[in-house]
Amino acid sequence: MTKVTLTVNGKTVSKSVEGRTLLSNLLRDDLHLTGTHVGCDTSQCGACVVHVNGEAVKSCTMFAAEADGAEVKTIEGMANADGSLSTIQAAFQEHHGLQCGFCTPGMVMSAAALLKDNPKPSEAEIREYLEGNLCRCTGYHNIVKSIMAASGQSVPAVAAE
Amino acid sequence: MYDFEIEKPGSIADAVKALGGDEAQALGGGQTLIPTLKQRLASPSTLVSLSGLAEMVGICKDDDGRLCIGGATTHAAVAADGSYAGLSGLASHIGDPAVRNRGTIGGSLANNDPSACYPAAALGSGATIVTNTREIAADDYFKGMFETALKEGEIITEVKFPIPEKSNYQKFVQPASRFALVGVFVAKYEGGVRVAVTGASEEGVHRWTAAEEALNANFSTEAIAALDAPSGDGMINDLHGSGDYRAHLVKVMTGRAVAAAA
Repeated sequence: MTKVTLTVNGKTVSKSVEGRTLLSNLLRDDLHLTGTHVGCDTSQCGACVVHVNGEAVKSCTMFAAEADGAEVKTIEGMANADGSLSTIQAAFQEHHGLQCGFCTPGMVMSAAALLKDNPKPSEAEIREYLEGNLCRCTGYHNIVKSIMAASGQSVPAVAAE
Repeated sequence: MYDFEIEKPGSIADAVKALGGDEAQALGGGQTLIPTLKQRLASPSTLVSLSGLAEMVGICKDDDGRLCIGGATTHAAVAADGSYAGLSGLASHIGDPAVRNRGTIGGSLANNDPSACYPAAALGSGATIVTNTREIAADDYFKGMFETALKEGEIITEVKFPIPEKSNYQKFVQPASRFALVGVFVAKYEGGVRVAVTGASEEGVHRWTAAEEALNANFSTEAIAALDAPSGDGMINDLHGSGDYRAHLVKVMTGRAVAAAA
């Protein structure tokens, strides 16, 4: 067992973890932050995306021991301080950017990482950035619209509509 | 996953020492190794984490103008660098953004997946693979599918890329995995053109010498169009495509890389 100390959503936490404990296990099982979803367990679906030191990472494909000293942000840390939805979350609600909602935590975290580096992405850039986030409801058009809206851009009719 | 310990050495010397232990294995960004461990296809007793080694992270130029990339540098960092356009372009399309934030150049080259992108850049650039003990020319480094010249416990600390006049990488993506069904890296140096192919051959990454000769005589898409596609014998034959299909793609992607080379 290894002791790890990290900051999660602004709070410092310390836990003992096994070598094989994934960051997603630490978040969900030890810290009970179950908003981070594990969809595929094969590093493909992106439902488990969180930010580690500000960068989008698949938390099911990083060991908790390697997050020692890191600053981690999960979907639970996305809302505003007063509890209201962040701009991205509100845009997902407004534009029906979720159907079953399982992929949504990863979609929102990836969207936030994209907009940090590219505040006004084109539709094509959004679709390319979301390559590693799968939606089994196939609700991609509204997810793309939500991110366009969250970045303050007009929401066009998208392809295939 | 089977149980194992993780060690986080603070220096390359400590990492080499830790890798000398019984059943110890190096852990780069883990974007291939962790899924492999989950499937219980590997059972190391110790993983030696290299991603925290500051001396192996970063990009700079040496006195010969070569781009020197630390072994633990992520794909995202190489993509953002931009001083070698073909290389940064290749790095910017590996996997997906979250994978690029963790995966490392050293990890990719040490694994030498027959469909990975980085081996094509290293071979296509005539790069030098620097380890904790020696320097290995790319032409001597790749030894076939998942096989390299690395010895047990040897770590890729740096990769040195001579920067070409023109370069481009074209990848025909296998849509589910994002790996290259076929990928071709073309680099035009003062001393000649190099063409490296990944994803196609049973032997892993390799050079397409007929295309190199044609491009040395005339660096143009017409030179590629006039060539016969390589033989489909020895090409990977699976549910995603036959050997002959891959051989055809090698020619098509080479032509596209030449057209796009900048």
